[in-house]
Amino acid sequence: MPLPRLIPCLDVARGRVVKGVSFVGLRDVGDPVELATFYGEGGADELVFLDIAATVDEAATMLDVVTRVADVLDIPFTVGGGVRNLEDASRIIEAGADRVSINSAALADPSLITRIADRFGAQAVVVAIDAGDGVVHTHGGRVATSVATVPWAVEAASRGAGEILLTSISHDGHREGFDLELTTAVRAAVHVPVIASGGAGNARHVAEALRVTDAALVASIVHENPSGLAGLRAEIQGLGVALRPLRRHHG
Amino acid sequence: MSGVVVVDYGAGNTHSVRAALAHLGHTSVVTSDPIAVREADYVVLPGVGSARSAMKHLRETGAANALVERVGDSGPVLGICLGLQLALESSEEDGGVAGLGLLAGDVTRLREGRVPRLGWAIVEPWGEAYYFAHSYAANTPFATARADGVTAAAENGSFLGVQFHPEKSGPAGLDFLASCLSRA
Repeated sequence: MPLPRLIPCLDVARGRVVKGVSFVGLRDVGDPVELATFYGEGGADELVFLDIAATVDEAATMLDVVTRVADVLDIPFTVGGGVRNLEDASRIIEAGADRVSINSAALADPSLITRIADRFGAQAVVVAIDAGDGVVHTHGGRVATSVATVPWAVEAASRGAGEILLTSISHDGHREGFDLELTTAVRAAVHVPVIASGGAGNARHVAEALRVTDAALVASIVHENPSGLAGLRAEIQGLGVALRPLRRHHG
Repeated sequence: MSGVVVVDYGAGNTHSVRAALAHLGHTSVVTSDPIAVREADYVVLPGVGSARSAMKHLRETGAANALVERVGDSGPVLGICLGLQLALESSEEDGGVAGLGLLAGDVTRLREGRVPRLGWAIVEPWGEAYYFAHSYAANTPFATARADGVTAAAENGSFLGVQFHPEKSGPAGLDFLASCLSRA
């Protein structure tokens, strides 16, 4: 098995990184290219960019961010939010992203998962699931659907998703730890890797998540102190979770 | 050195490989023109997409023959991810695809662990971690390095293939690319 991954998530709106609590109350926390470079050098294993203000008008702004990030970043990154069809996915990957994350568009038309995977490979398709009370939610977690979480994860994987990005709505932004029960249930049902998301408040929470799954998404805890990423990694390793060994970065 | 060719096989993302080469001071062109492939100082065969469509594109453009002739003439080629897998004799991807035959052996779907295999793994005997993202892997007597039992690198003559993505593997990956180019 590859080593477990620590993945900072950058929520992007109008070309800036922002972060909310429970998907509302946005605050500006920085420039995406600067933060990406900083996290890359600080030991992030991958990055995720979510365009949370995604509208048709914003697509060009986000593509510009993707291109500028790809020019400087030497670790993989995923872009989600506003990916509605194969053309959107192709534009993002051709601009330099390694993977796209799709959410409500996949629910509306699950064949989109297969079409992106056929073109770019399963490793290029992440299906993001916002889960709460056993069902999948849309509209940034505000609207409950009738689709059950675990069966949807299974279907997404069988249709070609290379990874599941699983956010627990009730845990997101509260910093009291990941939803380990939900993460374990989804991971047991699929053969693809699963990224746990929502609830990271400290190194112990991340270590707990990485003992039950392949990767953990973190946001607030790194954005509030970006230079603390190396320390966070060291703490996680101190708790017995082996992360990748880091090398000093080139100047 | 100038004149690095990144082989285009119509699958999109050559951005990261070119950005990494630029970071190391090498300009590159993306092309599948067979003359450019034969005559470049260095050739990178990158890795995104499916084996069948990649091989179809390489054969139709003449780049497949150019790669074989180039390696026969001791011209250096670096294959990355799918670019390594295309160098084998065959792959079971897409119901079976004939490869370039630069390396004896075949490519089979990963049967252990989570697939796709995503993330950093320590490559032995080198002792460095690099980033992997793949569902298929090479089985070849020319393997020179492994990670978790999977072929991580294979070399025959002037062809070197790696399963990991040096362009996505931080400083260690850039060092690896730099050493490949300096040997050319």
